[in-house]
Amino acid sequence: MIAFVIRRLLQAVLVMMAVGFVGFSLFAYVGDPVAIMLGQDFTEESRRQLVHELGLDQPFFVQYVHFLLNAAQGNFGISYRLARPVSELLLERMPATLELSLCAAAIALAVGVPMGVYTGLKRDTWLSRLLLTVSLVGVSLPTFLIGILLILVFSVVLGWLPSFGRGTTVAVGWWTTGFLTESGVRALILPSITLALFQMTLIMRLVRSEMLEVLRTDYIKFARARGLSDRAINFGHALKNTLVPVITITGLQLGGIIAFAIVTETVFQWPGMGFLFIQSVSAADIPVMAAYLVLIAFFFVLINLVVDLLYYAVDPRLRVDRTAAGGHGH
Amino acid sequence: MDANGTKLLEVRNLRVEFPSRRGTLVAVDDVSFDIAPGEVLGVVGESGAGKSMTGAAIIGLLEPPGRIAGGEILLDGQRIDNLPYEKMRRVRGRQIGAIFQDPLTALNPLYTIGRQLVETIVTHLDMGERAARDRAIQLLQDVGIPAAERRIDHYPHQFSGGMRQRVVIALALSANPRLIVADEPTTALDVSIQAQIITLIKRLCREHGTAVMLVTHDMGVIAETADRVAVMYAGRIAEIGPVRDVVRRARHPYTEGLMGSIPKIGETVGRLTQIDGAMPRLDAIPRGCAFNPRCARAFGRCRIDRPDPMDVDGARVACWLYGEGR
Amino acid sequence: MDALNRALDSDIFHSFRRSPAVVVSAIVTVLFFAGAILAPWIAPQNPFDLAQVDLMDASLPPFWLPDGQPHFPLGTDTQGRDVFSTILFGSRISLLVGVLSVAFAMVLGIALGLVAGYAGGAVDAVIMRIADVQLSFPAILIALLIDGVARLVIPRELHHEIAIYVLILAIGFSGWVQYARTVRGSCMVEKGKEYVQAARVIGRHPAAIMLQHVLPNVLGPVLVIATIHLAIAIISEATLSFLGVGVPPTEPSLGTLIRIGNNFLFSGEWWITVFPGAALVVMVLAVNLLGDWLRDALNPKLR
Repeated sequence: MIAFVIRRLLQAVLVMMAVGFVGFSLFAYVGDPVAIMLGQDFTEESRRQLVHELGLDQPFFVQYVHFLLNAAQGNFGISYRLARPVSELLLERMPATLELSLCAAAIALAVGVPMGVYTGLKRDTWLSRLLLTVSLVGVSLPTFLIGILLILVFSVVLGWLPSFGRGTTVAVGWWTTGFLTESGVRALILPSITLALFQMTLIMRLVRSEMLEVLRTDYIKFARARGLSDRAINFGHALKNTLVPVITITGLQLGGIIAFAIVTETVFQWPGMGFLFIQSVSAADIPVMAAYLVLIAFFFVLINLVVDLLYYAVDPRLRVDRTAAGGHGH
Repeated sequence: MDANGTKLLEVRNLRVEFPSRRGTLVAVDDVSFDIAPGEVLGVVGESGAGKSMTGAAIIGLLEPPGRIAGGEILLDGQRIDNLPYEKMRRVRGRQIGAIFQDPLTALNPLYTIGRQLVETIVTHLDMGERAARDRAIQLLQDVGIPAAERRIDHYPHQFSGGMRQRVVIALALSANPRLIVADEPTTALDVSIQAQIITLIKRLCREHGTAVMLVTHDMGVIAETADRVAVMYAGRIAEIGPVRDVVRRARHPYTEGLMGSIPKIGETVGRLTQIDGAMPRLDAIPRGCAFNPRCARAFGRCRIDRPDPMDVDGARVACWLYGEGR
Repeated sequence: MDALNRALDSDIFHSFRRSPAVVVSAIVTVLFFAGAILAPWIAPQNPFDLAQVDLMDASLPPFWLPDGQPHFPLGTDTQGRDVFSTILFGSRISLLVGVLSVAFAMVLGIALGLVAGYAGGAVDAVIMRIADVQLSFPAILIALLIDGVARLVIPRELHHEIAIYVLILAIGFSGWVQYARTVRGSCMVEKGKEYVQAARVIGRHPAAIMLQHVLPNVLGPVLVIATIHLAIAIISEATLSFLGVGVPPTEPSLGTLIRIGNNFLFSGEWWITVFPGAALVVMVLAVNLLGDWLRDALNPKLR
């Protein structure tokens, strides 16, 4: 168990260092930060001083280690565009993104998994066929288009819900939440549905195909041959075996939700990190881009780690001492 | 044997069809046989001969679109082929147990074998969890698993292939069924373990008075284990009779061919014979006797009429060599 | 082998004809490709030729609404461009980017898969680890990153000209993993076979003979992946263009059109957004349906 966790943690650190390297390369080699920061009027002396302050006269490796150390402490420098510390900018916007992603993930899972199980078990009912057809439309609808259509219907035509922003937020410590005011909750509805819909249909389709896969296995047939009840077979044996792939899928989809939050935030002008990132890409604001990248990678690595640990909890095959691991097929 | 005339299982003119786009395939055609209480019936044939399909039809688990298209299956004189799903479910495991081919895939990897045993016992027998667990340990001991009290809480992957097949047998026996359908129970195992498993099945069934339908393509296993044997070819029974008769004095040319392909100890016949050709595909079964294109002794009638099994000294043989007007 | 192939073909053909949705999807897909290829000749207007565009025609609704005009069937945008024509030209860009990025991903993925499967050992481990890590990041994020970096590295004047190629590489690079995994899997299976050993004995390069045997084996799965990937690539392109980091507005794709139209949603000119959006959805849906069917048809055990 401990060896497993340590191995995973080491892998996570490696991935983070690789991403940090990409972020650092961005920082160090793309564009000329000195020129951007100095603006029009500068003397050779002030330029040299800035180069020294930024550590740009140091060898490459030293600069990289500096970057990593700073990043580990949450220090990503100053935004070129907004002239404020990047960490401050990201921290300010993090609650918006996380609340949106959380709602979307909850919707996608709460609806997608049961629909997938249902369509897998009752594959020939009309409802299953309908859900399957609708889901295909769902995966063909780009997220931004879902947002636009929802805005068109519920904001422009019906005028029921706001089309942009977070509404009124309440500060709880450094965190700002939209959950506590009516306008905050109303503002959350359209963006979270937009973000959830694509992931939901994907989760449903993947859960369904995993369910079908498991239902074809010998141990399910053998369970039937032993006369176990349908309930025990479907929800005891089959569902538990679909859990492992479903956890993987869910982990990947959570990552997808964070990525597609960029799109949703742009459509709804949601004041989150994704919107900030897109604005930074357009403005070539490299420190923000690099920091966002590292932060997102951190979230992903975290999610993957949790997924691995969940595997461990679900599948007994991973729990034993695997001295003869090579000969073990699943 | 059928000596006192009681029959546990009767299969009458069973026909299993697979509808497909190119027409209906008949996987089992007009198959009839009986199994007496405690009797071991071996069913032998090449793959695709319909033997597994017959077994699946008996436990009521044909895979769609396969379906029973004719005939009937009776257990203790009661028809079971047309039972509603819920009633048939109570027959499975309780009256008719099943042993699958591959022990590596037949057990749910995520549950301990104890949980799977207890679940099956509680489903069919009026027992509490604790009593069921005691019974499970007893069963594991019966099938020869050492340290059963400890091993019961292990997961399937912690057992070897042979041990897992013992667990599968314990599961099949857990509600003390009267018939067990064993579909190639040793094919997936190491040769060294095959004999142990066969001996185990034979011993347990004798002790419990359980009848066995032993489906296999291994004539050697049948010769060792079965009381009677049914030889299937292209969805039909070619020959059925007491195992000694069939092995020693095969009457159907196909059975002769099968026997000719087994090496015998103490015989000086220099060569093993081999049947030329291959069994026809289900969508290309020739007219007349399905075996006629490969049969050295085929004559005119074999190519026109399909022979039904007819009585030949205690066995039943579907071959015109024993027909009237020969 | 020949007979088997023929039977397979006829099975696929049969399942194709049996499903009306699939037939319609195929027709729609063909129509989109035809429309895209022939756009310069069949579009009523070249919306990017200023001589053909008249600001007096700006913001006309579709023909069935009051003020609609029959020669602008789907209305016009605020510049007076015919929406139907912009959709034809937009599909051209969308499909071009989609097809080329799929082709790029396919070549890259197959090559890396073959190398990984054939070489094994450390090379295999490195390639597949990269694949694993990349797979845990959403493709759109990787494409966004590559595209974003390219915008910074390439001077602005040059960027407009090559933006579309950058986009193709970015989307293509974000999708190679699946091809590589499939090909590698098949390669591992083939590698153990005797003919590869035999080829070595004869003196033929085993890689060459494996290529001959592996490629036909993976043709089916690769085709399925490519079809589904095409739908994803089109969506990715549209998303990046919508975010304003895709193709330049001088050569708008469907995504760009939707982004431009989105600005006029509140002033009531819904058709500028909705029709390109509908075209995009119909195109992607048709391709998805084809991919879905193809996967089932080539994989009979799923039925």
